[in-house]
Amino acid sequence: MRSKLILFLFSAALTLVNCERKPYRQGEILYQNFCANCHMDDGSGLAGNIPPLAQADYVRQNQERLACIIRYGIEEEIVVNGKAYSNPMAAIPELSEFEIANIINYINQAWGNDYGYVPVKEIRKSLEECKK
Amino acid sequence: MNWPLLAFMTVLILLGCKPEEKPLPILSKKEEVNGEMVYQQIPDFAFIGQDSNRVSNATFAGKAYVADFFFTSCPTICPVMTRNMLKIYERFQDSAELLLLSHTIDPKRDSVGRLAQYARNLGVRSGKWFFVTGDKDEIYAIADDYFNVVIEDPTLPDGFDHSGRFVLVDPQRHIRAYCQGTDSVAVKKFMEDIETLLDEI
Repeated sequence: MRSKLILFLFSAALTLVNCERKPYRQGEILYQNFCANCHMDDGSGLAGNIPPLAQADYVRQNQERLACIIRYGIEEEIVVNGKAYSNPMAAIPELSEFEIANIINYINQAWGNDYGYVPVKEIRKSLEECKK
Repeated sequence: MNWPLLAFMTVLILLGCKPEEKPLPILSKKEEVNGEMVYQQIPDFAFIGQDSNRVSNATFAGKAYVADFFFTSCPTICPVMTRNMLKIYERFQDSAELLLLSHTIDPKRDSVGRLAQYARNLGVRSGKWFFVTGDKDEIYAIADDYFNVVIEDPTLPDGFDHSGRFVLVDPQRHIRAYCQGTDSVAVKKFMEDIETLLDEI
């Protein structure tokens, strides 16, 4: 009985500790290595030249495009929070679909964003579509 | 009364008082001119600014300025540098004695129009923060005078090997301070150095 109680307490403690940890840790590390130079650690971008990812309507509304932009880059002008951005973004071909999923899910939940969860299946589908 | 203790405390208090602000040292290298060792000055230069105007050493006569080297499509250190330059711009917006000078190291792609767009997007005043382009060799050569390294290297993701230093130049064209432009703690200290220099001129 006693050992069961200890086990229970131990699991409860583990769960609590785990809940305290930030989600998408791998996504965060990848973000810092591949994205933060331009979009900044806090997702704020660079005034008028590089769009923000934090509190960004474009990110919320174009979830299915994000994977393609990360893998293939983007040349065309986009409008984010009412502001036009035309500097092209370079492709990052070395990221796997799992890594892309981790980055997008990190962005979706970072800096007060609450843009949902995207499974790898969806990422794969998006990437298939934009290959065409 | 515990006299030794009192004396000790007094000394401590006196030591704790902030000393007079020391002037910034001159960091420029020395060279021999007519048998005398003198500090090197930033040499004469002439580039083209974002308003298609000529930007030369005369533009900065009697002023202090911060110089850096970047390019608009740089995916590595430049966006953070620009953000930190923007902080300097904002803090010294009303100090007429301080100007900012950003040189593109990618004049092939960074046309005057592109620099103008970049500056407009940042929302900065063109008489205060100059974005210049010009002859590539001249820009790369003067980078060296500003303690910066710029080398074209197609094997790097950037296409360039460049150091992101901010350099503070005084009205006598001597370098008085510099810092790594991507390091926000260093940039904060650098802004204190700018204050110190502005007090001097």
